[in-house]
Amino acid sequence: MKYAITLFLGVLVGAAVFVAGLIYNPFIVDRGVSPLSLTDSEVIRLNFSGVPTDAVVYTNDGESRLKPFPKKVLQLWEPSIASTDAMATVLRDARSQTAGIGVKFSSHSERTRLLKGEAMIDSVWYAYLPGRGSLFVEQSENYWQFLRDVVVPAYRSSANNWKGSWIGNLTAGPGALGTAAVTGGSGSLKGLKMEGVESLLARAYSVADGPVSAEGSLLIELPGASNRPDEGASDD
Amino acid sequence: MLKTFIAGILLGIVGVATLLYAYPVVDQHREESIVTVAANGGNIEAFHTNVPMDRILIGAAGQKQPLPEGMIWPADPMLRDVRVELFKIRNARDIVVGVASRTAARDESADVIDWVLHLPARGSMFVNMQPEGLAGGFRNGELRAGSREFAQLRGVMTERWVPNTSGDADAPVGRIELRTTLAGAREAR
Repeated sequence: MKYAITLFLGVLVGAAVFVAGLIYNPFIVDRGVSPLSLTDSEVIRLNFSGVPTDAVVYTNDGESRLKPFPKKVLQLWEPSIASTDAMATVLRDARSQTAGIGVKFSSHSERTRLLKGEAMIDSVWYAYLPGRGSLFVEQSENYWQFLRDVVVPAYRSSANNWKGSWIGNLTAGPGALGTAAVTGGSGSLKGLKMEGVESLLARAYSVADGPVSAEGSLLIELPGASNRPDEGASDD
Repeated sequence: MLKTFIAGILLGIVGVATLLYAYPVVDQHREESIVTVAANGGNIEAFHTNVPMDRILIGAAGQKQPLPEGMIWPADPMLRDVRVELFKIRNARDIVVGVASRTAARDESADVIDWVLHLPARGSMFVNMQPEGLAGGFRNGELRAGSREFAQLRGVMTERWVPNTSGDADAPVGRIELRTTLAGAREAR
């Protein structure tokens, strides 16, 4: 009997060691700066709050840590959409002025591979920017670094929260350099094929409520002037 | 005893690694696609949303009864002529298979009507609609971009409002029918 108990304790310790090794695996490193942060091209920067209660509407299956907002919004409980979040939010430009409205759909990705440090989300953005046109952003996001640097420390904290300053790029594809594919739909952006990156600046996270203070950003690189049907304005 | 403990540790490490490798962390629920072949090429798939049951959001300026209750649409005049709706979308068997947004806006130069359909297990579609309605209540649109399963497809989508005439008390007011006709990019040329 004592051997069985010893073996069981060994299994528990082994599992814990493996999980700790996975979380703090030094070979899974941050991908560094966004390729678009070094671009010479014009960019559109769209900022939005990363806190669900700051959105116009945010919904999910109703059983996740992030609570739907407003409370009476329809929840996505059906099996096909139970791992999907939907959000509509105001997008602001670099001067914090309203630039438009954005809708984001995101779903857990079957390409998630925790052994490789990939906690993947398949997401799309639709952004309508009055006076400029509409955009469709398609991307895979990797939340591994965010989970490791923000969520796990929040769980380890005796107060069940995390405070600090974490900034990271979430976009991990489908572009070869880890960029999102962006398509212009209307206005001066119509027909344009662009690249983008979504990043997040987190300042506070609570185990009970999720992000308490966080700011998201979409950076979209406009094509070179010679490839553009007309000259639209950009913010930066 | 020590050897047993060490064996247990190794077993625990190998066990967790095997579990993570063998079993998918994410396994999306799938419904069978209901697709018919178009006479002139491509595949036709029909979706619909029941109104008002499947409507998640009506975002527009000046609403007396916001949907959902408690929603506050931004007061910025820039969004005065923008209307955003979010829906659940269903397949031909009336089973929810995804979510969608419909954005209608009046811009300086032209009206804009855009749909984004997001089917979690399959991918997403971005469709530009022609603002002008056609006879029979149809409106045509073109697939501008897609992700995953829809990334290499080209084609069109129609939308149509179909009022409910059954008279049942529990029946929806009507439904928005979306009908996609898609083909591989090479075939669609």
